[in-house]
Amino acid sequence: MAHEINEDLIRQIAQLAKLTISDEEIANYMPHMKKVLNHFSELETLNTDNIEPLITPVDLKSYLREDRVEKNISTEELLAGAPSSIGQLFQVPPVI
Amino acid sequence: MDLLQADLSAVTEAIQNKKISAVETTQFFLDRVQKLDQHLNAFTYVSNTAVKEAELLDQKIAHGENVGPLAGVVFGIKDLLCTKGMPSTAASKMLSGFVPPYDATVVSRLKKAGAIILGKLNQDEFAMGSSNETSVYGACHNPWDKSRVPGGSSGGSAAAQAARLTMATIGTDTGGSIRQPASFCGVVGVKPTYGRVSRYGIIAYASSLDQAGPIVSSVKDAALTLETICGQDSYDGTTSDHLVEKFSQNLNGNIKGKKIGVIKEFVQHIPDAHIAQSFQLALDTVKQLGAEIVEVSIPLTQYAVPMYYLISASEASSNFARYDGVKYGYRTPHDKTSNLSLDDFYSLSRGEGFGAEVKRRIMLGTYALSAGYSDAFYLKACKVRRLLRQQFLDAFEKCDLIMGPVTTAPAFKLGEKSVDPLKNYLNDIFTTSTNLCGLPGMSVPFSTAREGNSILPIGVQLTAPHFQEQSLLNFAYAIENTTPAADFRKLKPHVY
Amino acid sequence: MSTNSIDTIMSGYEVVIGIEVHVQLNTKSKIFCSDSTSFGAGDNENISPISLGMPGTLPTLNKGVLDLAIKTGLALNCHIRAKSFFARKNYFYPDLPKGYQISQYEVPICENGFVEFSVEGQPRKVSITRAHLEEDAGKSTHFPEHTLLNYNRAGIPLLEIVSGPDMKSAKEAAEYCKTIRSIVQYLDVCDGNLEEGSLRCDCNISVKKVGEKKLGTKVELKNLNSFRFIEKALEFEIERQIDLCLSDKKIVQETRLYDPDKNRTYTMRLKEDAQDYRYFIDPDLLPIIVTDDKIKQIQKAIPELPIKKAARFVKELGLSTDEAEILTSDKALADFFEMTSKESGYSKQASNWILGEVLRYTNEHHQTIQQIKVTPKSLSDLIKLIEQKIISTKIAKSVFNEMMDSGNSAASIIDRHGYKQVTDVDELEKLIQKVLDSNSSQVDEYRQGKEKVFGFFVGAVMKLTKGQADPDVVNQLLKEKLSGRKI
Repeated sequence: MAHEINEDLIRQIAQLAKLTISDEEIANYMPHMKKVLNHFSELETLNTDNIEPLITPVDLKSYLREDRVEKNISTEELLAGAPSSIGQLFQVPPVI
Repeated sequence: MDLLQADLSAVTEAIQNKKISAVETTQFFLDRVQKLDQHLNAFTYVSNTAVKEAELLDQKIAHGENVGPLAGVVFGIKDLLCTKGMPSTAASKMLSGFVPPYDATVVSRLKKAGAIILGKLNQDEFAMGSSNETSVYGACHNPWDKSRVPGGSSGGSAAAQAARLTMATIGTDTGGSIRQPASFCGVVGVKPTYGRVSRYGIIAYASSLDQAGPIVSSVKDAALTLETICGQDSYDGTTSDHLVEKFSQNLNGNIKGKKIGVIKEFVQHIPDAHIAQSFQLALDTVKQLGAEIVEVSIPLTQYAVPMYYLISASEASSNFARYDGVKYGYRTPHDKTSNLSLDDFYSLSRGEGFGAEVKRRIMLGTYALSAGYSDAFYLKACKVRRLLRQQFLDAFEKCDLIMGPVTTAPAFKLGEKSVDPLKNYLNDIFTTSTNLCGLPGMSVPFSTAREGNSILPIGVQLTAPHFQEQSLLNFAYAIENTTPAADFRKLKPHVY
Repeated sequence: MSTNSIDTIMSGYEVVIGIEVHVQLNTKSKIFCSDSTSFGAGDNENISPISLGMPGTLPTLNKGVLDLAIKTGLALNCHIRAKSFFARKNYFYPDLPKGYQISQYEVPICENGFVEFSVEGQPRKVSITRAHLEEDAGKSTHFPEHTLLNYNRAGIPLLEIVSGPDMKSAKEAAEYCKTIRSIVQYLDVCDGNLEEGSLRCDCNISVKKVGEKKLGTKVELKNLNSFRFIEKALEFEIERQIDLCLSDKKIVQETRLYDPDKNRTYTMRLKEDAQDYRYFIDPDLLPIIVTDDKIKQIQKAIPELPIKKAARFVKELGLSTDEAEILTSDKALADFFEMTSKESGYSKQASNWILGEVLRYTNEHHQTIQQIKVTPKSLSDLIKLIEQKIISTKIAKSVFNEMMDSGNSAASIIDRHGYKQVTDVDELEKLIQKVLDSNSSQVDEYRQGKEKVFGFFVGAVMKLTKGQADPDVVNQLLKEKLSGRKI
């Protein structure tokens, strides 16, 4: 299956991924995406009927945390790296 | 005491017996960084509290207090790991100035064991790359030949260790990022079984593949470091409660009768003569040590690269969504523009903060997960991943360990990397399967290649069944002491 | 069809309603980290590197959340999956710290259940399609010059209960929501507070011609923070949609809000082309494994649920169905009743007092049953005093009001006011004699057949006893005396 990678699609993906993308970058990414995806689509030739996807590659016992409250780091420290904050709130440009 | 040659255990013993002080050793390595790193660019940050921490440690020792098994060992940490109070940026503009108020579990375990953190080490941006050239701090150089790359993504760790700017380092490995630079720089690198080492505080690239591990100068040092950082962590639900052996105390170089698997599909396609030769030599060597070579077939390894890139890029596209300019890290300076839409705020912050390769992979991953394509790409890759793991498990029915080359060629020149990403991706053919299957793997320096005036190290790769780090280390320990590996250990890199 | 309102049947349309209830599970810490879940904490006080989605941080599942989800699922008659998964729902919004919400997508922990309740006396059964775990987002506050973010809510555990599209009227929908609330309150998995947002009901509603198979265009109603608003909003929406259909206008797929002041719904946002959330299993979280033993263990801890409790109240305590339903609608109320009934030994009286005076008081004072000063024990004491004829019902009401205001016991209030009911026959006889003696002309009138004056004597006796005489005894004694035997 050939994958149709065109400029519109690249823009659409960039929009979904929230990345500004210049015309130059589009021109650069397009052939690469095309080549990579067409190469990667060779996976489609493999039969995976009734095979469950593998996510965690090692069989691990699931771990559950006890319901306990802990606070080791102050709000002040957590806000220290914020690009912008007001009082104890994070600030962004107006959303609505 | 020769701090450049001594084992970690010997140094910490000397410190604990007050034959040498932690301050002296720390200062010794700080001086080396000062003097030599200008040639390498391995460090992204040098600690200004290391000497003070060493002083405290010396005081504890003076008071007869119990100090840990790595007391006074000077560590460099890949910038991908969060270090409390030290910049932790994943070598990205996106996290410029980010100073976490917490330590990665690996780092807190090292500190608890008495280690001194000397600073942060260079890498490819967000661990995406195999040459260390995508770093916002600029490329890092290979100490054996400054015109060549140290490999990546843990290039800074391997370079710093090879030039002995540190006593030990920590790197991370998502598709080969510990083993490939270890091979390029002639040091020992271990990627543990998935779930052995906590990922908490390690800036995530691909959650189902990432593991941290040591990049050090000897198998013994690797064992000691590994036993310190392994083990279940209440902050990472994907860590295993599997018993952590005292790897360093159980090292045993006897490999007689061990069955060593060789993946048919790998050895048929070694493109580089140096690598092929080195690998043949490795096979001969282990045979002489009494091991038996068994050919195994794992046909799906030829699909490992597509699987790896689809899965890692998909997970990364989601893992990196948190970098949005809201809570920490980079925000577009256009945020003050009136009428800036939320979409533009995000897209500008992210578009300006991420480098080209990171963006490329986010795009790839976003596409691979998107409606209508996820079945063909992401989910398909996950299904084939299960089949691949089964083929490895079947192969381990026939052999104890698998041995293979690490890379398709020795260290290449800076800037030489192809502009064709696919070609670069395909170079990861030998390392990615290990991560996809969650297996423990390592690279041990074995021989060298001569390129012009340069001597370039070549490592050999070992892969073991899940949780069999001990047998992996034992085998590496045996190899380390054979010719030509032992001879290689006598060589010193150009920057040293 | 029985619960369809007359209007909708007449107009030839029927209504289809499905409801998503977000239940905030009342654990101490968040679903994936140890931040407190306390309500009303200072700005960003309940956050950590994990809930902020800082680099390298990872989620770990809270054991308490899992237990509460299973408990709720069992109470909703759901199948609890032995293995379920967490997925990532990827989208960007400033209140979402990681750029994805951890939620259960294809394989939820609970599915295929049902709830039973009654609407105006008719039994109803609504299917539960699924109930899945997810994390809440933070809170954004919008100003013209900027938006501010508080992540205290980010990572609060939610169980989203999704009903089948089974409901056919606004009333039924509201009753369904009430039932869900009373169930989660009974289970003690959620405080059920709609105003604070610990229970959120989103209603999906569409209309179609009677008999039509295909569902109409769906409209979602959000942010309905009282049961009354749910009913009102749906009533309005049903009428709006049927009107549109009747006038051949198109119903737009959208999310609408309810304005209680104007009693109407209005557009919040149009449903754009389906967002691409790029769901995939979260590789940071292993599958949730639930063993049979665990299910059995939790099953044991499930208390008697409202519908069963109401049936028992009718059967064993002799209440009417209506009384039992009201009393069991709220667990605290039902517990209050049951304790009062047990303590006093008078079930019917306990029910009357609670449904009458107690609820009147709580409504008037906007208090919950837990906040009032009267306890089941003190109310029982009051009921016993009435039944023992120590005080009259009339006086009991003023005693009750004082108990509510002061928290004092009935006995101490009665003591202080000297409220004791006079039931001593000898004493009453003396008083009656006194009344008859000083009103001999009225006695004569009575004896001549003017029975109306009987009331005058009763009044006079009551006046003398400051209302504390037992009216029954007074009546009897008066009749005896006036019949002439004892003058």
